[in-house]
Amino acid sequence: MRRVRYILWGAVLIAAVIFGGHQLSHMLETKSASGPTFQPVFTLTNHSGEPVSETTFRGDWALVFFGFTNCPDICPTTLAEFGNVMDRLGADASKVKPLFITIDPERDRVADVAKYVSAFHPSIIGLTGSNKQIAYTASSFKAFFERVPQETAPDGYTMGHTSAVYLISPEGNFVRTYQFGTSPEMIVEDLKTRI
Amino acid sequence: MNVLKITSITGVLSLLLIAMMTAQAAADSVRIGDVIIEAPWARASIGTSRPAAAYLSIRNEGDEPVTLTQVSTPVSKMAEIHESTMSDGIARMGTAGDVVIRAGSEVVLKPGGLHIMMMKLKQPLKKGEKFNMTLTFKEIEAVDVVLPILGVGASGPNK
Repeated sequence: MRRVRYILWGAVLIAAVIFGGHQLSHMLETKSASGPTFQPVFTLTNHSGEPVSETTFRGDWALVFFGFTNCPDICPTTLAEFGNVMDRLGADASKVKPLFITIDPERDRVADVAKYVSAFHPSIIGLTGSNKQIAYTASSFKAFFERVPQETAPDGYTMGHTSAVYLISPEGNFVRTYQFGTSPEMIVEDLKTRI
Repeated sequence: MNVLKITSITGVLSLLLIAMMTAQAAADSVRIGDVIIEAPWARASIGTSRPAAAYLSIRNEGDEPVTLTQVSTPVSKMAEIHESTMSDGIARMGTAGDVVIRAGSEVVLKPGGLHIMMMKLKQPLKKGEKFNMTLTFKEIEAVDVVLPILGVGASGPNK
């Protein structure tokens, strides 16, 4: 009799594990498919010196990249990709706004950001702000940045930052990120399924 | 006799021409002993106040490792080998120190990884122009390479 009870409890336990595992995998699947959505909010200045906020870009898809203009490797590579994506989008390019947000606002003032982004593609919009505004913006995107002292770097420091590109929907919702190095072809292919 | 002379002159000239053409074709890659520097390029800079980056690959066909210790170029007051690293989605950059190219292996400097960071530019790097760079190794003599300057949106030696 006791043995039967053990067997029954065992069966319950197995069922619970299977059910739980199934639920968990289902949850993870849904998460990775649609991503936990949130709405980034910000108040910044664009590279023409005009005030902008998250609502400025409603109605369009936004590709958002955090970087700094003293960055010679990761940032030019990503901004060059932005340009490539915009060229490949053809007629759909008008529905996508590529945004470059500096995480080094002390050095990257409006004119610096303007000079930098315009070197890559006329469609890229550069954004800067006060230290406080930039910190607020980054946390709103759940993006990370830090100042790293480095003796030989210009002004004695460099920046570490989230390297992925964020996709924001026309409604202002976070949709997904594209990891650094995602090819322009892949980004365009993904965008074409959504636009 | 005369005919022979003309023939030999023509022969020498032809050889010279072939040699020049070959040199032209391989203008960008340089071989010193068992070490070959290939596909060097730099991205056009945005003025002179921001650092610029250059890339190339180093192939070591020898039996001993070689170590790249230093880089220098007349276009920059300070050029260093740097490395972009990625951890948990955060990009960071720092000096790479000495770069060891093991025997029979190749080290590729490319966007998002190892690169030559040129700070304190003395002149802007303009697309279509070229500049010189000296690579200093621990085990072998220094190598001079010529780097073509590609567009600011370039992502590799061919695009």
